[in-house]
Amino acid sequence: MSVSKEEVKHIAVLSKLQLTDQELEKYTSDLSNIVDFANELSNVDVDGTKPTAHILDIKNVFRKDEVQPSYDREEILKNAPSKDAGCVSVPKVVE
Amino acid sequence: MNDYEVIIGLEVHAELSTNTKIYCNCTTEFGADPNTHCCPICTGMPGTLPVLNEKVVEYAVKAGLAMNCEISRFSKQDRKNYFYPDLPKAYQISQYDLPLCEHGNIEITVGKDKEKYKKNIGITRIHIEEDAGKLIHDAFTGDTLVDLNRCAVPLIEIVSEPDIRSADEAVAYMQTLKSILEYLEVCDCKMQEGSLRCDVNLSVRKRGQKEFGTRTETKNLNSFRAIYNSIEFEIKRQIEVLENGGKIIQETRRFDDVKNIGYAMRTKENADDYRYFPEPDLAPIVLSEEYIEKIKNALPEMPHIKKERYMSKYGLPEYDAEQLTASKYVAKFFEEANDICNNPKAVSNWIMSDLFRLLNENEIEITSCKITSENLAKLILLIDKGTISSKIAKQIFEEMFENGKNPEDIVKEKGMTQISDENAIKEMVEKVVSNNPQSVTDYKAGKDRALGFLVGQIMKETKGKANPQIVNKMLIEILNK
Amino acid sequence: MDLYSLTLTDIAKKIKDKEVSIKEVLDSVYSRIEEVEPKVDAYITLTQSQAYERAEKLQQKLDNNEDIGILGGVPIAIKDNICTKGVKTTCASRMLENYTPIYDATVIKKLEDAGAIVIGKTNMDEFAMGSSTETSYIKKTKNPWDLTRVPGGSSGGSAAVVSSDMAFAALGSDTGGSIRQPASYCSVVGLKPTYGLISRFGLIAFASSLDQIGPFTKTVEDAALMLNVISGHDKMDTTSANLEKVDYLKAIVNDVKGKVIGIPTDFITDGINKDVREAYDKAIDTLKNVGAKIQEIKLEYAKYSLATYYIIATAEASSNLGRYDGIRYGYRAKDFEDLDDLYYKSRTEGFGAEVKRRIMLGTYVLSSGYYDAYYKRAQQVRTLIIENFKEAFKLCDSILIPTAPNTAFKFGEKSENPLEMYLEDIYTVPVNIAGLPAISIPGGFDSENMPIGIQFIANSFEEEKLLNIAYTFEQNTDYYKNKPNI
Repeated sequence: MSVSKEEVKHIAVLSKLQLTDQELEKYTSDLSNIVDFANELSNVDVDGTKPTAHILDIKNVFRKDEVQPSYDREEILKNAPSKDAGCVSVPKVVE
Repeated sequence: MNDYEVIIGLEVHAELSTNTKIYCNCTTEFGADPNTHCCPICTGMPGTLPVLNEKVVEYAVKAGLAMNCEISRFSKQDRKNYFYPDLPKAYQISQYDLPLCEHGNIEITVGKDKEKYKKNIGITRIHIEEDAGKLIHDAFTGDTLVDLNRCAVPLIEIVSEPDIRSADEAVAYMQTLKSILEYLEVCDCKMQEGSLRCDVNLSVRKRGQKEFGTRTETKNLNSFRAIYNSIEFEIKRQIEVLENGGKIIQETRRFDDVKNIGYAMRTKENADDYRYFPEPDLAPIVLSEEYIEKIKNALPEMPHIKKERYMSKYGLPEYDAEQLTASKYVAKFFEEANDICNNPKAVSNWIMSDLFRLLNENEIEITSCKITSENLAKLILLIDKGTISSKIAKQIFEEMFENGKNPEDIVKEKGMTQISDENAIKEMVEKVVSNNPQSVTDYKAGKDRALGFLVGQIMKETKGKANPQIVNKMLIEILNK
Repeated sequence: MDLYSLTLTDIAKKIKDKEVSIKEVLDSVYSRIEEVEPKVDAYITLTQSQAYERAEKLQQKLDNNEDIGILGGVPIAIKDNICTKGVKTTCASRMLENYTPIYDATVIKKLEDAGAIVIGKTNMDEFAMGSSTETSYIKKTKNPWDLTRVPGGSSGGSAAVVSSDMAFAALGSDTGGSIRQPASYCSVVGLKPTYGLISRFGLIAFASSLDQIGPFTKTVEDAALMLNVISGHDKMDTTSANLEKVDYLKAIVNDVKGKVIGIPTDFITDGINKDVREAYDKAIDTLKNVGAKIQEIKLEYAKYSLATYYIIATAEASSNLGRYDGIRYGYRAKDFEDLDDLYYKSRTEGFGAEVKRRIMLGTYVLSSGYYDAYYKRAQQVRTLIIENFKEAFKLCDSILIPTAPNTAFKFGEKSENPLEMYLEDIYTVPVNIAGLPAISIPGGFDSENMPIGIQFIANSFEEEKLLNIAYTFEQNTDYYKNKPNI
């Protein structure tokens, strides 16, 4: 396996996903297969080749610093699963 | 404690004073009701895209030039990925390997009088990024509330080299940065509102040791006092740990300003793999020589240049010049007042003694002070013309500070005009002399103190308004007849 | 002939000429939907009440002889990853099952400004991740040509509704073939425009540097008409190209004499279905017969496109899908202990298996220690692929390749092995990697009467050339006239 179970566990944590043991097996094998496949890129000679920064030849796309009205708070919070006092509410954040 | 050397680097976050947020047209205004300065873009709703505010680039370049940085001709923005309720997209758009400005430095002055010294602090980089929202603890429900008004307000992060060696140096560095940013008008630097704040990276090592010790990062300090105290606290803590044979753990910490103690934040598992990658929704920033030159030529006079000018042009002592130019607003106040009354030393004295004292006592900034520069100039003119005595002037100044009144009006209202009419004073002197024969005898017997007593009696009669020079002259004339 | 079976161009003309009322057109389409939708399951949401309301207003304007736009009164379907204000936009995910956007995507504004009527939102692979529409959390869309087969994906719903006459045209999105491959499987026209030609504002992102919105239509001419409406600069999208507006209908000319068609012989090798290969060879002959020149070209790096694609697309997706955390919108788990638990449970329960697989792959290739080996290298190979195409277009006007190596497969046939499913995109992903425009049009049928698509690729912003060649091919074949028997 080119991707280990430990690595899959680690990236699941970074992705905030929980995996059952069965899923861990399955994803480890799936990711290994895909990564093996992607490893064909290591055969390509990329010395001196610049990574594509942008697909279009664009630069300096700016916006003027002019205020436009914001949205109604009701709209902003419309889809929130839990709200209180004009805010989205979440379980206590502990620092 | 002296066996240890302290290594400090500061990451300063300055909110840019643009009208709108970094990637949308919502206002950046402070203090509104929660979530009223929001739109689908700054709240990270699905399908939205960022478009960069042109002023953000301009302001960052200004700051870079003022801090002697090299300005990148090619720069890009990157995503920093992590989960937190104040970060609606689960990534912050920042700059990773190609920041707008790099390799700068600023000069700081540390300490006072004989112990005063100057030092250069290197600026590693300045990059642009977006601010996060604000989390409010709801004491009633125990939940946390998310206010996204501040979310995506533009920031520059100014990263220093680890050149700072003490809490004093850190505070001096922060004061210098604040002064530069104020001069540039790119940040309002209201630390209590969080528009200027910093993270302190700190480690200690035994003197002579080559490699750096393990560092900790104390986050989000937003007053000079908190910066000073947190550094003193952390130095002491780290040395104690090491002296007791312990090890410093690389961690993120907070400092409780009220209790005056630092503490480690709850560590998040693997939280520091931010998986930076170039932001595909934004274009590279490519700056031309002309663009950079144009900004350079429009930079205002910086504090250290202004200080030199105050010394040469106005003949002010170095200390005065430094105090007056440290804040752009103080310097502006000084120049405006002096333009009217043309008495730099007097203006300087009033600002540095009475005005600073009152501002401190009342904990207000010069920008929200009721005394205008014009009124201070008028007050000085009243003294210079002999209309009022400097003693009376102090009373008037206090009143001006209270209610912002014009000093001329105060003088008129309260009849505080100095009595300089020689005939009027002569009458008074004669009266006092005839009422105090004993003192006259004493004076003639060579007792100088009697003269003082007599002057005092005259001033009492006139409620301090008599011109003291004339009183003296008249009294001696009459006594010596 | 029933109204619903007309082309976009024809129905727009009939409405404008007041041969039919807009309500009659809507009635015809919705009754067709009532008849066919239970078999095909292509719509997630239908918007009758809004549609009829809008129809009434447009009709009034028309009756007052006001201009109602070039798509005035024409019913259009929208893939459910394009934001529609006040209408649920689910991305076919449990995560957004009840999500209602508070703003319209730029393309929706443009369609409505041109008088079009949105009649419903179509099914898709969850967050556009898939090649069969099987990863949808909401429903399973069937191929109108054979209900036991997939319609392709990820825009399977949009392809199916146009193929079965449940809409005159539909919008889809194409990140690695998500318009062209289902168009090929369902025998309709699917156009993926140049990256930057159409605003992405309001398209729920899968992979930002690859995503592009495009139309599904019944004919090439209809595709040109749709492109006229939805293309153009948008200041809300940094990556939107600021070019002069083009009238694509001018390219609808039946003539390719002297045009050079490139054949990448080194890229089309094994793994291609025999019937597809035959249809492809026949297409080359057709073009020769109408006066095009055939030119062999090389695309030596194209074979690395798929690996490149799966690195770049999943990396961007892993970041784009971070915002679905159960906090501001979307699915929030019922029971959780604390904030972290809320994140984990909401995301674990809200996303399906394929989405999780891609988030994890993308997280892996960006994670510390792997960035250079995967993400950076993929962007370098991407540069080589772009160069390859640039060189090729010095020799030819358009490149001809099959849209997909196979025709529509049976449900479940490829869902066990993700890599096998990914290989269906082999001929479509190079186009996204290089940001080029490409079109899939009907190009024949296999031995089981399943449609085969033929793909033309052009250089950046050369949609006119693309449409001209595709139109000529279409007019000199009659595959597009065949309709599924449903």
